[in-house]
Amino acid sequence: MSEPAWQDYVQRIEELATRSGLSFHPVEFEAVPDSFMMEIAVYGLPVRMPHWSFGVRYIYQLIQRKMGHSRLFEVVFPGNPGHAYLASGNGLAENVLVTAHVLGHADFSRNNLLFQRCQTPVSEHIVEHAANHARQIQQAIETHGLQRVEAVLDAALALEQHIDVDQELRRPRYPQYIEAVKVPADEPFRRRFAALEPAAASASAQAKKRAPVPPHPERDLLWFVAHYAPEMESWERDIFLAVREESFYFYPVFATQIMNEGWASYWHARLLREADFIPQQAYVDAVKCHSDVVRPVAADSQVALGLNPYHLGFSLWEKIVEEVGMDGALAIRAQDDDFGFIRNHLTRALAEELELFRYSVRDGQIRVLEPDLNALHEAILAPKYNFGAPTVMAQHIRTDGTLELVHDHALDGRGLDLERSRRVLDYLQRVWRRPILLTTTNQAGLVLELSAP
Amino acid sequence: MPTDTQQPLDAARWYDLFSRGARDWLRHDEKVRESVRKHLPQIVAGGDLITGGARTVRVPMKMLEHYHFRLRKPEERQGAGQGQAKPGDVFADPAQAGGSGEKGPGGREEGEVQLLLELKIDDIVDWLWEEMQLPNLKARAGPSEDSEWVREGWDRRGARSRLDRRRSFKELVKRRGAPGAIPTFTDEDLRYRQLARRRQPALRAAVFFLLDVSGSMSDRDRKLAKTFFFWTVQGLRREYRSLETVFVAHTTEAWEFAEPEFFQVSGSGGTVASAGFAKVKEIIRERYNPAACNIYLFYASDGDNSASDSAQAREGLAAIAADACFTGYVEVSSGLSRQLDTETGRLFEELAAAGGATGSYGLNDFEDVWDAIRHFFSAESRAAEGA
Repeated sequence: MSEPAWQDYVQRIEELATRSGLSFHPVEFEAVPDSFMMEIAVYGLPVRMPHWSFGVRYIYQLIQRKMGHSRLFEVVFPGNPGHAYLASGNGLAENVLVTAHVLGHADFSRNNLLFQRCQTPVSEHIVEHAANHARQIQQAIETHGLQRVEAVLDAALALEQHIDVDQELRRPRYPQYIEAVKVPADEPFRRRFAALEPAAASASAQAKKRAPVPPHPERDLLWFVAHYAPEMESWERDIFLAVREESFYFYPVFATQIMNEGWASYWHARLLREADFIPQQAYVDAVKCHSDVVRPVAADSQVALGLNPYHLGFSLWEKIVEEVGMDGALAIRAQDDDFGFIRNHLTRALAEELELFRYSVRDGQIRVLEPDLNALHEAILAPKYNFGAPTVMAQHIRTDGTLELVHDHALDGRGLDLERSRRVLDYLQRVWRRPILLTTTNQAGLVLELSAP
Repeated sequence: MPTDTQQPLDAARWYDLFSRGARDWLRHDEKVRESVRKHLPQIVAGGDLITGGARTVRVPMKMLEHYHFRLRKPEERQGAGQGQAKPGDVFADPAQAGGSGEKGPGGREEGEVQLLLELKIDDIVDWLWEEMQLPNLKARAGPSEDSEWVREGWDRRGARSRLDRRRSFKELVKRRGAPGAIPTFTDEDLRYRQLARRRQPALRAAVFFLLDVSGSMSDRDRKLAKTFFFWTVQGLRREYRSLETVFVAHTTEAWEFAEPEFFQVSGSGGTVASAGFAKVKEIIRERYNPAACNIYLFYASDGDNSASDSAQAREGLAAIAADACFTGYVEVSSGLSRQLDTETGRLFEELAAAGGATGSYGLNDFEDVWDAIRHFFSAESRAAEGA
């Protein structure tokens, strides 16, 4: 036997992780070429529906790689079993590190409640599930032609962030009638009223009132369009629901990025330390690799104008384990998402230790602001609200089928980008097939109505 | 462990079959080309392209954006950073470097990348003709003096330069099949290509572009005319190996121009169409033999011919129509509703009523150029069939 292969260590690292308190579904490891890793980075899933917008991302990814910006070591897809793809260009040390890292992710996705609630209903086999969507859409292309399918995907993917994770994945349609307020019949007043006006009393009890659609402003636009569009065909609805399922899958990954990457980084560091079976040289290389991954600031500069989620999460988890012990840390990883994680555990002392700061950008000038812990939390979390999208809700369907959308500009603090919004309305109009109106505010804060067509 | 070393190899081959990224990239490029096509007439209207050397058009394009709902750009935004920085420190905005884009599943802020599409004009024209199902022109194949040397047959004697080596070698092989043959080349084996003179039908064409440059024609009108002329030439080029273009401008007089000056010309004063027609007729008489040459006339004007010129113009036009395969009139007038209801418009209408091969079209906007081209080429092919 010549070079030890990383595959030989997988099992021993898994055993070590289980002994240390991690619990995860089995993970299937696979080494894949760089080109494939890049596609996963672009699509988010190994096999996903075709759409030209992925081509745009692909070009940017190619450019980035040419410039040597990013390098992908691994991608994990949670599930039972999970799938981990490692770049086949990784060295032994990198792969040992990555294996431990992947197990951290596997533990996180199995135990975190947000993952359980959002991802488990989608599928335990997301890779196959998404491939199935891709196949369905391919079939739709063959049946209905590329142009029509692309028009539907233009609309569905443009709304991919507009889901409501507080609702069930497979939620029922709205109730058709407003439930009548139950009035106990033997109430003295009722009895007297019935005696005086028998016709009116029975009529008011019987009249069923049709519920408005939607009964309340609806944030889950993908779901709403799929179920209530007046003239959509069933295959078009299926595409909307497929995109929505994938969004449910992506949401917890998005909303726990700092925690999740931090947790995986914490565990790869810890498992490496404890894995005495790894050759000395591989260990040293792996630690070097670790310090590259969790480096807060680029090697040749003093200041970074963004945070490295690996570093931030890693530092937070080290502090947490130190303060509340492993059991406490396990509970936090089960219950929190990034919002709770940052607000509860990024303390003033830690922010100072990590040299975190807040800045404002105005007229091309970046100015570092006075320290303020709460404001710092919000600056970190702001891009994560509502899946990173403005709060646009469906408010009403008129009798002629016109859809009224409303943007909650008070919540988001400012109005929508009008040009982009118009384009999105154009996409959506092609599947809604009736006029669409959208209310938002303009530069001056005045209410403005966009319409398509 | 043979299985373990085997597997990654096979896997690598399998994954090589995936090229979804490239597929969607191609689809993106296709969409870019589609959007370019839509604006092609405007794009091409810019340069001196009609007879110039440029056979390609370069079009700078942004990458397409898949739009999402986004908030308006704020005047001030806050971010979080890390490192040695004190309150009050000021940095320059490294926006060019890309900043710190949050990677949502859908949208991310990206630095701009520009594509430079290079489109071959021939390709564009071929594509457009197919797409718009424009008829190919029928050349008037009159008795022609045109003749050309063409290859025809082989001989055992000939000029060295026309030796057909493949053919000669075949002869060698055939001959060697016989018993007792000489194994090397002999003079017997050599074959020379022969040329013969063949008469060709006339495939020459002369296109006259007659432009009204009187005071009433605005810059935009002239640009419209130019765009139309350009694509007309492209369409005719598909059919004719040699195409000559003649540019004539007129006000109350008429002059012939070279292309570069032609579109710079601006005159003043009234419009006398008959002057233009007379000039065209004169050039035809001097340089082109209608029997050997397909003659086309395209006339662009705002239609404001002076009323006293009517009879003369009618005569002049009829004289040209007798020689020409087709005469077309395109009325360029920005935003006039009563299009083709003008002096010149009526002139061509009368010609059409008399059974002449002619067509008229009111051109308002750059988007109409294609409709105009389609109109003329369909009309031309109908006229050719009828003839």
